[in-house]
Amino acid sequence: MQDVTLTLPMLPDMELTASKTACAMGEHIQLSQDKIDEIQMAVVEATINAIEHSDAVDRKVNIHFHVLAPDGEPSGLQITVSDAGTGIPAEKMPKSDGSPPRVLEQRGHGLRIISGLMDAVDIRTDDHGTTIVMTKMR
Amino acid sequence: MTESLKLTVEDERDDLAVIHTDGYINNQGGEEIARVCYELIEKGHKKLLLNLSRTKIVNSIGISILIEIIEKMLEIEGKLAFCSLTPTIQKTFHIMGLAQYASIYPDQEEALKELSS
Repeated sequence: MQDVTLTLPMLPDMELTASKTACAMGEHIQLSQDKIDEIQMAVVEATINAIEHSDAVDRKVNIHFHVLAPDGEPSGLQITVSDAGTGIPAEKMPKSDGSPPRVLEQRGHGLRIISGLMDAVDIRTDDHGTTIVMTKMR
Repeated sequence: MTESLKLTVEDERDDLAVIHTDGYINNQGGEEIARVCYELIEKGHKKLLLNLSRTKIVNSIGISILIEIIEKMLEIEGKLAFCSLTPTIQKTFHIMGLAQYASIYPDQEEALKELSS
């Protein structure tokens, strides 16, 4: 199964290009529609996070789609979204307990949405950039 | 080029109005929803129902704007409710805690029955 890599300019609605590719990959490995929808929403958030907050000088976001198939049969989709920006401040990282917010908050929803919709999420961030690796199993 | 959201105010009765969304709710879409909601509030509607049956993706900036509308409705002792969400949008609203402050109904018929009572 071929992996797919996108390098997108940080322009309006580029997150929809990423989400359409996620949909095509999900359909290709026969994920359920609900799982495809969740992946699309998470990819939108990760891409927007890079576009809106990374301050990457090259103004590009890289997205890599990898089909997990340890036994030859597709078992899931792993998506890596990375930028060469300035990193995510510690206070913006999602809380580890996964609990919903107790009061209405107006900013910083994206990472929480990604964590809530995907099966596994790993966020690596420093002042050279951010990489979000997210996985959805079949 | 941005993907625009289409809005239709289909049903206005007494203090209740129904807004149908068609498309992606991002920052521009959220702002358009807010503009229409605030116009309806000005006209005296205190119960607003957003029917999202034709919306498949909502992003976090759009959700932030929906939260601002919910806060406005709470200020005026009104109500903003949602219906016909995809399972993923409904899950996202729960993740964000919106469900604590806005009612979510499976379809418009049930929503109108509840909101009209």
